[in-house]
Amino acid sequence: MTQNSYSLAELVIVACAEVWRDNGEVMATGIGPLPRIGAGLAKLSFAPAIQTTDGECWYTSDPVGPGKRVAEPEFEGLANYDRVFSALWSGRRHALVGPVQIDRYGQANISVIGDHKKPKAAMLGARGFPGNSISHPNSFFFPSHNKRAFVEGEVDFVCMAGYNPARYRNGQPPKGLDLRRIVTNLCVMDFGGPDHQIRVISLHPGVTFEEVQDNTGFPVARIADDIPATPSPTAEQLTLIARIDPNNVRATVFKENPPGDRKAA
Amino acid sequence: MLDKRMTVDEIVDQLSDGMTIGIGGWATRRKPMALIRAIARSGLKDLTLMAGYGGPDVGMLAATGKIRKLIFAFASLDHFPLEPHFRNARQAGAFEVLELDEGLYHWGLRAGAMKLPFLPTRVGIGTDIINQPGFDFKFVTSPYEDGEELIAMPALAPDVALIHAHRSDERGNLLTLSKDALFDELLVRAAGKSFATVEKIVSTAELDMKSNSRYNLVERAMIDGVAEAPLGAHPTSADPDYQLDLKHIKTYVDSAASPEAWAEYKAKFIDVPEADYQAAIGGADAVRQLPVPIY
Repeated sequence: MTQNSYSLAELVIVACAEVWRDNGEVMATGIGPLPRIGAGLAKLSFAPAIQTTDGECWYTSDPVGPGKRVAEPEFEGLANYDRVFSALWSGRRHALVGPVQIDRYGQANISVIGDHKKPKAAMLGARGFPGNSISHPNSFFFPSHNKRAFVEGEVDFVCMAGYNPARYRNGQPPKGLDLRRIVTNLCVMDFGGPDHQIRVISLHPGVTFEEVQDNTGFPVARIADDIPATPSPTAEQLTLIARIDPNNVRATVFKENPPGDRKAA
Repeated sequence: MLDKRMTVDEIVDQLSDGMTIGIGGWATRRKPMALIRAIARSGLKDLTLMAGYGGPDVGMLAATGKIRKLIFAFASLDHFPLEPHFRNARQAGAFEVLELDEGLYHWGLRAGAMKLPFLPTRVGIGTDIINQPGFDFKFVTSPYEDGEELIAMPALAPDVALIHAHRSDERGNLLTLSKDALFDELLVRAAGKSFATVEKIVSTAELDMKSNSRYNLVERAMIDGVAEAPLGAHPTSADPDYQLDLKHIKTYVDSAASPEAWAEYKAKFIDVPEADYQAAIGGADAVRQLPVPIY
């Protein structure tokens, strides 16, 4: 790689980190390698106040990346499950999670594909998604932006609540529902269109809006006629990413670890 | 003299067909697996299993056809995210389910522990959790100025709770020495009766309660029986006594590939006395030396 080259994984990590900008002193949970490294990057650069965990039961002073550890991290506080529930119900958390399906309302699913009673594919179960979704800000990461993930109708089993008026007795979601961003292998989106419509806010280098729309099961808005490119990692960011992820787990997320700028590929 | 010592099989003898049984632990942490294996070997049937934070307990009882209904928030083996036996059974429509959120399950246990009919919560609003045919979730309106509509999460109160802890004296004074006590205290308080397996039964003096008070799970009056079951959580962890056994969990995962593979696993690891089980997994010393896993 030349000094200016970066992988798609690294581009995505930087986009993931951005979700925690200006969040204040909150618990930052990134599920999966790239969101987790992203939370670490945010903490080591522009969001030093966020609290991250070792993935088990401690808050650590420095972010802990995925995979094998060189040394035991310094623990700064307890993050057992009871406390995680208390923290998340307080609203002082922003999670970046990876569901299997999402729909136009931001409703997300990790439970089943098909009928809930006798599913075609049983996955994890709802886990903490229902409570997370109405308690604190949430963002999403999808490694494969396609119509199986971005479904045409509603998701098969709504684990995370979204902006779907029909799902609320008074037509209004609880105050805590706050869906922020969706980072994919193609683009970054938010919920900033009319009536929380999902909207493309940046395109990864070499990707077109049409490509995003063609791979999404519902109409998406655009932030401007001329959609900006997702910011490339700076040299300093690439150094920090390498420090958080010395095992280079990030290189295993996308098949053949493609470059971040597909124009140049 | 108060003596609550029992054997694992004597605990299982307290259970009966159709009972609602709550299981402690979390995914691959401190699951009462010696008891689960004994239930799998028994003639028990039609159980309603309350395993909010499910792991191989759910999978093993699913694979042996013990479950009539499962109340859960997830089933996972952590490093192997999808529990394959749970998956197979779900995809065959083998039992009824009530799927909850992790925190909602916690809230149900808390209501049960407090002997309340329900606790109000926002968790579940806007999702399919509250639209399941198996349970008719009701709403309550805050009687105060805010007037907010909330879900009434019903108490979860199993007939029996089964947990695994590290130490106990013969009176049932328990220590759970792990960093995270999980939700076993609430489960025990919510249950009609509670039984614990422990790594070791020691004298009350040896519990060193003055130093270990933070690890004392619950007052002994809540515990109806204790059985000594060394490595009783294996292949899940009872940290710091031993860590989860990733190699064995892989063997267990592979056993979901076919009925023959499962029959082989069952013959080798379930339909055997616990002493043979320990030999089959390589012996107690090997288990106690397993490396600390990375989550």
